[in-house]
Amino acid sequence: MLTFVIRRVFQSALVLLIVGLVAFSMFRFVGDPIDNMLGQERTDADIARLRTDLGLDQPFPVQYVKFLKGAAEGNFGVSYRQGRPVSTILVERAPATLELAAVSGFFAITIGIGLGVFTAIRRDGFMANMIMSVSLIGVSLPTFLIGILLIYLFAVELGWLPSFGRGDVVNIGWWSTGFLTASGLKALILPSITLGLYQMTLIMRLVRSEMLEVLRQDYIRFARARGLKERSVNFRHALKNTLVPVITVTGLQLGSIIAFAIITETVFQWPGVGLLFINAIQFVDIPVMAAYLMLISVMFVGINLIVDLLYFAIDPRLRVDQKGAK
Amino acid sequence: MTFKSTLLATAALMAMPMMAQAETLRWARAGDALTLDPHAQNEGPTSALAHQIMEPLVMRDMTGAMVPALATEWGPSADNPNVWEFTLREGVTFHDGAEFDSEDVKFSLDRAMTEDSDYKELLASVKEVRATGKYTIEIETNGPNPIMANNLTNMFMMDKGWAEANGAVKVQDYEGGEDTFAAKNANGTGPYVLVSREPDVKTVMKINDNYWGKGEFPMEVTEVIYTPIQNAATRVAAMLSGEVDFIQDVPVQDLGRVAGTDGLEVRTAPQNRVIFFGMNQAAEDIAGDNVDGVNPMSDVRVRQAMSMAIDRVAIQKVVMRGQSAPAGMIAPPFVNGWNEAMDSSSKTDVEGAKALMAEAGFADGFSITLNCPNDRYINDEAICQASVGMLARIGVTVNLDAKPKAQHFPLINNLETDFYMLGWGVPTYDSEYVFNFLTHTKGEKYGSWNGTRFSDTDLDAKIEALASETDLEKRNMMINEIWTVVQEEQLYIPIHHQVLNWGMSSKVDTIVAPDDTAKFKYFTLN
Repeated sequence: MLTFVIRRVFQSALVLLIVGLVAFSMFRFVGDPIDNMLGQERTDADIARLRTDLGLDQPFPVQYVKFLKGAAEGNFGVSYRQGRPVSTILVERAPATLELAAVSGFFAITIGIGLGVFTAIRRDGFMANMIMSVSLIGVSLPTFLIGILLIYLFAVELGWLPSFGRGDVVNIGWWSTGFLTASGLKALILPSITLGLYQMTLIMRLVRSEMLEVLRQDYIRFARARGLKERSVNFRHALKNTLVPVITVTGLQLGSIIAFAIITETVFQWPGVGLLFINAIQFVDIPVMAAYLMLISVMFVGINLIVDLLYFAIDPRLRVDQKGAK
Repeated sequence: MTFKSTLLATAALMAMPMMAQAETLRWARAGDALTLDPHAQNEGPTSALAHQIMEPLVMRDMTGAMVPALATEWGPSADNPNVWEFTLREGVTFHDGAEFDSEDVKFSLDRAMTEDSDYKELLASVKEVRATGKYTIEIETNGPNPIMANNLTNMFMMDKGWAEANGAVKVQDYEGGEDTFAAKNANGTGPYVLVSREPDVKTVMKINDNYWGKGEFPMEVTEVIYTPIQNAATRVAAMLSGEVDFIQDVPVQDLGRVAGTDGLEVRTAPQNRVIFFGMNQAAEDIAGDNVDGVNPMSDVRVRQAMSMAIDRVAIQKVVMRGQSAPAGMIAPPFVNGWNEAMDSSSKTDVEGAKALMAEAGFADGFSITLNCPNDRYINDEAICQASVGMLARIGVTVNLDAKPKAQHFPLINNLETDFYMLGWGVPTYDSEYVFNFLTHTKGEKYGSWNGTRFSDTDLDAKIEALASETDLEKRNMMINEIWTVVQEEQLYIPIHHQVLNWGMSSKVDTIVAPDDTAKFKYFTLN
């Protein structure tokens, strides 16, 4: 067990290092940060001086090693755009993204499972077919378009919900939350629907097909024959057995909700890390881009590691093989 | 000053029916200020925010005219042409209550001249700043500088004591890894006091009750809430749904939508920015074309032909939906040295252009790559696309290469492009600024944005002489002579002057400032 864990941790660390290296080799293709940092009156001497000061004249592996050294000490450098430490900015921005991800994750799971069960049970019903057709639109429309459509309908035409921002936030320590104010809760609705819609449709379709599979099985037929209530058959016996693959997929999707909040955050001017990253790309803010990319890869690597460890715990064959190999 | 008295009278008139009540203005634009440190970034949104909280010695009002701010009088000294004298406004206090005097001016200007300052180029001619009395200041330059005051309109004043107490004497630097206090806090003399600020999210300001200009300006807006909204569609939606009262950049395609909505209005004015193409006109062969041994654009006839092939009216109508003014010179209309004859000199003449091409020996045309930004100017890439088709009519085959600004501008600075788009604004409102950066031979101090490889030592000498020519009439003649050369040589292909569109709810009343800087103390509310 321990060897397996250690090996996996080492592999994860290696993946992280490679992601960082690739990221740093790409930065020079994004553009030249110096141009954004100095005004239009700058001279060539200013450019050269700032380039040397920032170490941008060095080859990218050297810059990368410098970044890693700093990161190991918890120092991600200073944002070129805001002139403030990147770690401060990330801590400031993380709550917005995490709250958005949590709400849209919750939305995707509850509505997704609910609709999935419904469409499976009433597979030939009019409503179920409607939901299935509409969900196709949900999957095929790009996120920004859904966001804009929702803004147009609920903010511009109906005037019910705000079109941008987080509303009023309450600070609890360093964490700023939008859960405690009416405007904060209202502001969460449209972005979480936009962000969670794709995941919701995915979960719904997954639950539906799993349910259809399970409902055909003998034990469901016997349960029905025993005269159990329809409700109890559907939820206690059928749904429970469909959840294993659903949980796996949901876990992996959670990472992508956080990572791909970028577009939703841009459309709704949501002050999270995704918007920060977009701004960083436009400005060629290398310290912010580097820290964000490392953070996201740490998250994905972490999730994968946990999933691997869970498989190890669940699947006895893995353990036997390891022992045998030893 | 008569200006002052009329303003006073109008302000008094307008102030009467409007008693002190909270009038919040919710303001949105695409970008946020990068910092509150007034000398760290010389950039539009950054100085626009600073203008609400801090003040320079002299400033531009909403029409672009130079008006007194923290200095009441200024001018070159009678005894020494190298010295400018400023009389400071008395009885002004900073937001924290500290008194404003000449020590603060000297401190601020010295700070703006340090290496990390983004404003040091504008003060490059300054030799020394001297506080000669509590309310008098002298700026000595290396040689006479006739437009010294023009360079100071965005040069904000800080309190010396405050900066020293908070470790903000140095302009923010990127290497230290530390937060600088001045990047997040501000203590100015301006009409609005900073209440709170979250970068990229929200900035709140409230009226400064002790402002020196209280009776002089309308100051009807008592609270400003500034939220950057990057996505153009969201910004317009926020305006349409009434969540913001004032947006500075209405996308061209949404102008009709906003203007057609009840309770909303779009106001338009020419902007201090001209868009043009630059061409490599060095004699040596260039790599970007398909002609060997010669650079076709080194021939002035080819440059003229290319300019004549561009149909500026079509670009204005189709690409800009009417939101531009065709240009004939690369200076915006309010700049000293601009003249109507030159600005309307561009005309479309495809046959004439073909004849010129044939005369220059390029009857069959040539091919060239056009480098174009795609996120910097209004519809920049679309303008380039339209131009590709127009240049094809005279046999010039253009390969369009559109990139984000962070990749585009280094091409110009590193002389890696032979044909490129550039836009230029003139913060000093004087042609010298244009010549210094775009016309003078590229070198250490001058010509840093001149990607044309054009070099004329006589012209360079004339441009350098402008800096110290104090006889304004003579200076204007020199400016005109330089423009004549620029026009004859077809140094650049001017396209158009950008137009500013401000969207506002009908409760807000303002004129549109050509420098795209809203100064809320001038705003009135209905």
